[in-house]
Amino acid sequence: MSSKFSSWVRSGEPWIWINAGAVSLSIIAVLGLLLLIAVRGLGHFWPHAVLEVKYHETPDRVVQVIGEVHDQEEVTGERLRAAGVAVPAEVVNTSRYLVKVGNRETYGSDFRWLAEPLMEGSSYPAAVMVLERREWGNFFGYLKSVQEGNTTVAEGEAAWDALQERIQRARDIYRQIRDIETGEIGTVNYAMERLRLKQRRLELDGKFTPAAGEELAAKRQQLEESYGKLQVQLSALYDQVRRDHLTATIADGSEVTIEVAQVVRAYRPNALHLGEKLSFYAVKLWEFVSEEPREANTEGGIFPAIFGTVMMVFLMSLMVTPFGVVAAVYLREYAKQGPLTRLIRIAVNNLAGVPSIVYGVFGLGFFVYLLGGNIDRLFFPEALPAPTFGTPGILWASLTLAILTVPVVIVATEEGLSRIPRSIREGSLALGATKAETLWRTVLPMASPAMMTGIILAIARAAGEVAPLMLVGVVKLAPSLPLDGNAPFLHLERKFMHLGFHIYDVGFQSPNVEAARPLVYATSLLLVFVIVVLNLAAITIRNRLREKYRALEH
Amino acid sequence: MTTQSNMTHGIDFSALEREQRYLNLETEEIALEVQSLDLYYGDKRALTNINMTIPKRRVTAYIGPSGCGKSTLLRCFNRMNDLVDGVRIEGSILLDGQDIYGRGVNVAQLRRRVGMVFQKPNPFPKSIYENVAYGLRIQGVNSRRILDEVVEQALRGAALWDEVKDRLEDNALGLSGGQQQRLVIARAIAIEPEVLLLDEPASALDPISTLKIEELIYELKARYTIVIVTHNMQQAARVSDYTAFMYLGELIEFGDTDAMFTNPRQKQTEDYITGRYG
Repeated sequence: MSSKFSSWVRSGEPWIWINAGAVSLSIIAVLGLLLLIAVRGLGHFWPHAVLEVKYHETPDRVVQVIGEVHDQEEVTGERLRAAGVAVPAEVVNTSRYLVKVGNRETYGSDFRWLAEPLMEGSSYPAAVMVLERREWGNFFGYLKSVQEGNTTVAEGEAAWDALQERIQRARDIYRQIRDIETGEIGTVNYAMERLRLKQRRLELDGKFTPAAGEELAAKRQQLEESYGKLQVQLSALYDQVRRDHLTATIADGSEVTIEVAQVVRAYRPNALHLGEKLSFYAVKLWEFVSEEPREANTEGGIFPAIFGTVMMVFLMSLMVTPFGVVAAVYLREYAKQGPLTRLIRIAVNNLAGVPSIVYGVFGLGFFVYLLGGNIDRLFFPEALPAPTFGTPGILWASLTLAILTVPVVIVATEEGLSRIPRSIREGSLALGATKAETLWRTVLPMASPAMMTGIILAIARAAGEVAPLMLVGVVKLAPSLPLDGNAPFLHLERKFMHLGFHIYDVGFQSPNVEAARPLVYATSLLLVFVIVVLNLAAITIRNRLREKYRALEH
Repeated sequence: MTTQSNMTHGIDFSALEREQRYLNLETEEIALEVQSLDLYYGDKRALTNINMTIPKRRVTAYIGPSGCGKSTLLRCFNRMNDLVDGVRIEGSILLDGQDIYGRGVNVAQLRRRVGMVFQKPNPFPKSIYENVAYGLRIQGVNSRRILDEVVEQALRGAALWDEVKDRLEDNALGLSGGQQQRLVIARAIAIEPEVLLLDEPASALDPISTLKIEELIYELKARYTIVIVTHNMQQAARVSDYTAFMYLGELIEFGDTDAMFTNPRQKQTEDYITGRYG
């Protein structure tokens, strides 16, 4: 028996099992993680059924509650009683439900717990309506009528179609308003600011003449005029959008009036059939990835954060690649190998282990205050004391992350350079190429797949980094993207939003924690997805390069 | 050492024969001249007092056992040894009367005049066309017309044109070993060097490819001075006009190939070519 066991051990089979087990565990862990965040995050966009129930708040006070059930947990009766819930003394174990009741302006908070023994007569009425609003969160109730101005245009069942029509109209007008506000008025404001800076610059240089002043004033006059026109247009649109109202009854039977302009979407979840639910889901998901956030980031989409993340990663790659490659080429090809280069290599490797927040502090101190401050004094004195580059922004964030990831690129590139066969270099040198020409024309292209490996690792690290960014450029809500239609189009000094920080912000800084929780998962899933896409793109490029510069194989 | 084998019926024909068959080094034009060359790897002396001349438009072969310094000497001619750490060279090598180890010599320029083909084919991972055009592109030639012409000529010169003319844009690494080696030769002759150094060019090839390379060498010697290192004595006998035998870093014997193989002057040479060591 024991000899059988020892021969089994000697055959190496246990090793195979241990190795395979380790691999399986890792795969299960990764898949489990993805599955968890996918289920928790993606479920958020599904139209939940809306429950209507009588609830005995106290033995003599019964209220009607309408809301979506979001969670359920087992709880002891004792604990509930201790928390002041009027559960009968004979209840030992029971469950309670987390219900999203919405109507924050009436109830004060979106969610409440309902204890099972106190609920009576649950139903899922088809007529119950959910409104997604621009402010105050969701609304739950029954539609009563729709008004245009002061006259009621539809009541009862007809009101529903009228409401949908009017919501669409309001949304169209709203979009026009937003286009004017962020687009045209944004452009005018930008131009005004540039004029102001130009004048200030002339004054600082002592070149401000009355003629120049007049010219500037004329331009300003022009801008003021177009601004005035836009204002007139805007106020007309605002009047139009405020035309319609709707009246609805909420759970306790009281009536409320809501501006149709405030409504993003109205739906009756209990009446939706599967196809409608699916299309609703698709619309919500698309809104999530393509729109801007609303209500302190707990509603709407996260497009600016996706955009900021991708753009920062691109900028970071653009900066880290030349820097890391040049450093690696010097270390491997030109520097005399000895104790000093060994020391530098050790230092580079250790750099990769420095906590990232330290880089953030460095970036803030060196890039933002020192470099940015001096750039402002030298090139943008007209804007002072308001900083231009002397404040956290996407440029400094990308640079900080570039420094954070440069060791990875250096190490990978050096590895690649050392793997180029000597015969290739000699072949090039023997044809009369100098060392630099050999490097540039033959060695570096052949080492490019290794560089891409470095960049892939750098992207993976940089896209997930949050801590340093909080110091050097990420904000909760950026008013404009770092890339827009105003010349010079790329605004590297601007602050930006980032998925990683968004997760932190929504999860920990949100006023409405329960509502934000699924968004944390959804955003995490999206962050993983963005990183996977970025990596896949880089890996595709690397594989192409590999195919192209396949090394000699003998 | 002895002329015994050349004596028939007591009459010595060898002098007559030698005049007819054997080449005479004295009357050749000189391409390279090595003058009391010593080479050290660190403290170890790898070449000792080499003195010889390499004739123009002839094939000169180096033979000798492994580690005798023949490749090292070959790599001195285009200063490839500069790339090795700790190499020190004393003495001089004259190319057209100019010391290539002199002050202010442009090494890249020198290597354009002295081309080299290595033991293992080392095409770049580029297209066949770009491999051949590489040397010219380095020199800043980018005119498509000139490049086309030179590439074709070089590939014809290396007897490869007919095999690759329809797939010039294919990756050179898709060629067979023998084709790759001829491509590398085409690459070397595309920049019109004066001297072509071949470091065991056929050692990694099969017999048929080897034969092709040897035929090619025979054709190329009309235009180039060729110096070849080989450990294959038959090959040296087949392709070369002059042969140098090296042993332990020293030049033992140098002269006409046929004379050396039939009539070695030194005992060590005779031992080597008769297979007593090596």
